[in-house]
Amino acid sequence: MALACSLAHLPLTKHLKVAIIDSNPALGKRNCINKEDPPDPRVSTVTPATISFFKDIGAWQYIQQHRHAYFDKMQVWDYTGLGYTRYNARDVNKEVLGCVVENKVLHSSLLSCIEFTSDIHLGAYKLDWCNAADSDVDDTFINTDFRKTIYPSKVTSMALLPSSSSMGVDSTLSTTALFTKGRLAKLELSDGKSLYAKLVVGADGGKSRVRELAGFKTTGWSYSQNAVICTVEHTEENRCAWQRFLPAGPIALLPIGDRFSNIVWTMNPKESSDCKTMNEDEFVKTVNHALDYGYGSHPKSSSSGGRDMFSWLRGDVAISADECFEVPPKVIKLASDRMVFPLSLKHANDYVSKRVVLIGDAAHTVHPLAGQGVNLGFEDSHALSRVIAEGVAVGSDIGEVSLLRKYEAERKPANIAMMALLEVFQRAYSVDFGPLNILRAAAFNGAHYISPLKKSIISYASGEKKMPLPLPFFS
Amino acid sequence: MNLGWRMVRKLRIVNARNGAFFNARFFSDSTTQLPLASVTVDPWDSEGPFKPLHVMNPTRLAFIRSTLCRHFGKDPNCAKPFEGLNIVDVGCGGGILSEPLARMGATVTGVDAVDKNIKIACLHAGSDPETSTIEYCCTTAEKLVEEQRRFDAVIEHVADPAEFCKSLAALTVEGGANVVSTINRSMRAYATAIVAAEYILRWLPKGTHEWSSFLTPEELVLILQRSSIDVKEMAGFVYNPLTGRWSLSDDIGVNFIAFGTKNTQ
Repeated sequence: MALACSLAHLPLTKHLKVAIIDSNPALGKRNCINKEDPPDPRVSTVTPATISFFKDIGAWQYIQQHRHAYFDKMQVWDYTGLGYTRYNARDVNKEVLGCVVENKVLHSSLLSCIEFTSDIHLGAYKLDWCNAADSDVDDTFINTDFRKTIYPSKVTSMALLPSSSSMGVDSTLSTTALFTKGRLAKLELSDGKSLYAKLVVGADGGKSRVRELAGFKTTGWSYSQNAVICTVEHTEENRCAWQRFLPAGPIALLPIGDRFSNIVWTMNPKESSDCKTMNEDEFVKTVNHALDYGYGSHPKSSSSGGRDMFSWLRGDVAISADECFEVPPKVIKLASDRMVFPLSLKHANDYVSKRVVLIGDAAHTVHPLAGQGVNLGFEDSHALSRVIAEGVAVGSDIGEVSLLRKYEAERKPANIAMMALLEVFQRAYSVDFGPLNILRAAAFNGAHYISPLKKSIISYASGEKKMPLPLPFFS
Repeated sequence: MNLGWRMVRKLRIVNARNGAFFNARFFSDSTTQLPLASVTVDPWDSEGPFKPLHVMNPTRLAFIRSTLCRHFGKDPNCAKPFEGLNIVDVGCGGGILSEPLARMGATVTGVDAVDKNIKIACLHAGSDPETSTIEYCCTTAEKLVEEQRRFDAVIEHVADPAEFCKSLAALTVEGGANVVSTINRSMRAYATAIVAAEYILRWLPKGTHEWSSFLTPEELVLILQRSSIDVKEMAGFVYNPLTGRWSLSDDIGVNFIAFGTKNTQ
């Protein structure tokens, strides 16, 4: 849907007919977000890069009308009590490190943005292209021309014929004739409608139906980990993002506005089912335990010692290097249901084929430990819309593989780099082994005190820099 | 050397008049003279023997787009900036350049001397409503001149443009535009277009290019000037082996493209 907004916004692509196929019932309802309700546990942490993308396509103004929480500080530490890192937006002269937004707010803002930029036409039968997308339920959306059409349905089949080599000029240009000549893909929907499109964009999530129908192969594995998510309440407002690495996986506490925070807690499947079934008081107690003294002591705030240790490294000291370790705010109450999701890693070997392209989770599912998944997806949308605009500029057929490959060439290495980095983190913390613990602590201290390294980590996590690994000595 | 070059050119005139354009494959989309002429080659197969042309196509279209938009005062931020322009694509082959021009809004005429090319082009363009309006003719630029056809813009991409310049000028309305893309007659071009592209990388069949028929940019400017076309802009194509893409640059040492306008007399 972000792609549809982005295309509607670019002058070269705003004429395209886009159909969005999405069975999510939320699409039909307008203004279903009640400000009085506690926040939904399904949230996303959007990076500054994503925020500026949303501003460019005119969707951020709708987010600002709803609940969203900027945070400018972040603290990461582990259970061994050997090290911690604090990040501050001021380290990189920024106002914020990120913003936590409920998924339903992201969704409805993009929807408002589409409605604002276009008249919705229902039931157009022929499209310049078609986008099947998804938030995290299994739904699929469409694209129309900014004359856009939204089909509350699912894709059941997709067919694409190879370019026809049959000689003999067929003068009919009916949609079916174009389909039989391989110039359009045909989608059949669960409600019996058929659509023809020059390009089908699979944005339908980790279990992408489009990916499956188009026969893309994937590489990946499932972690024997589940994520427990929920909304919790504090006595006062939280303005910092917290993440603590525990033996079974990280627990993150993200501000979501007012006195609420969101919990994303990774643990093994048995623990997660315990967490889901235990009573509320007990759960709150477990969470507080996990965020505070549980499993080990607090790291020492040895601001002077650590600094001296790294003082031989060039570079001015980042502001946050002086910040002491802080204990995250106490959770007083559970404010939503607890939801459990299994975690896995999945990467499509190819993102594009003739008239089909994958974006977002359909192309890559990552570990949620740094909240990067959704941001990678928005970067995909951004890149794809630019590539389509370039194609339109030079009169290309937007379903041509040679054009779509440009998108793949831009995004695949970036996505793989991020996935690899998250994988390293995930593995580094899934082992409790003395020397490794010390190494990790050294890494924490390094990230905390070595300013160029810290700045480059922040830039990478903000989606503003290509590679995390920084040349601290040359910066 | 120079003499030999002229002789080859003379030979070529005869060939061109007979309706067969030789040695033009790197730039022209013409399918003549492939070594395995009996095998049907699909010029639209972007992974096939025409791959280099497909890869380069967006780059030459970007040049055409920007120069024509500026010359005709069209909005470059619009999806169909060429609306209202009559463009002829000389040596259109399978229509690899004609179709994008049509999608950009132009009224396109594609001509090629090879009947088979025109058949392929018609068939391919006919399968998309945006390109089905292209008029393809199996003819030569000279014949179009005889028929007194005139166009707002004439686009040609051959390796030996010398003989065509006159016809190109005659096809252009006064104040109209000409775009010619070709290969420089430089040692570097010899090394890349012939040795590298044909012999080492095997992108193109051996014998595709005949070095002696290439023109230097200076020669092209002079020849066009004699046909009352002023060259206004020129750009080179450079290939980046890491990304596998072409881009426009100031380096006109190998492949180059020239934009000119016809004088009003």
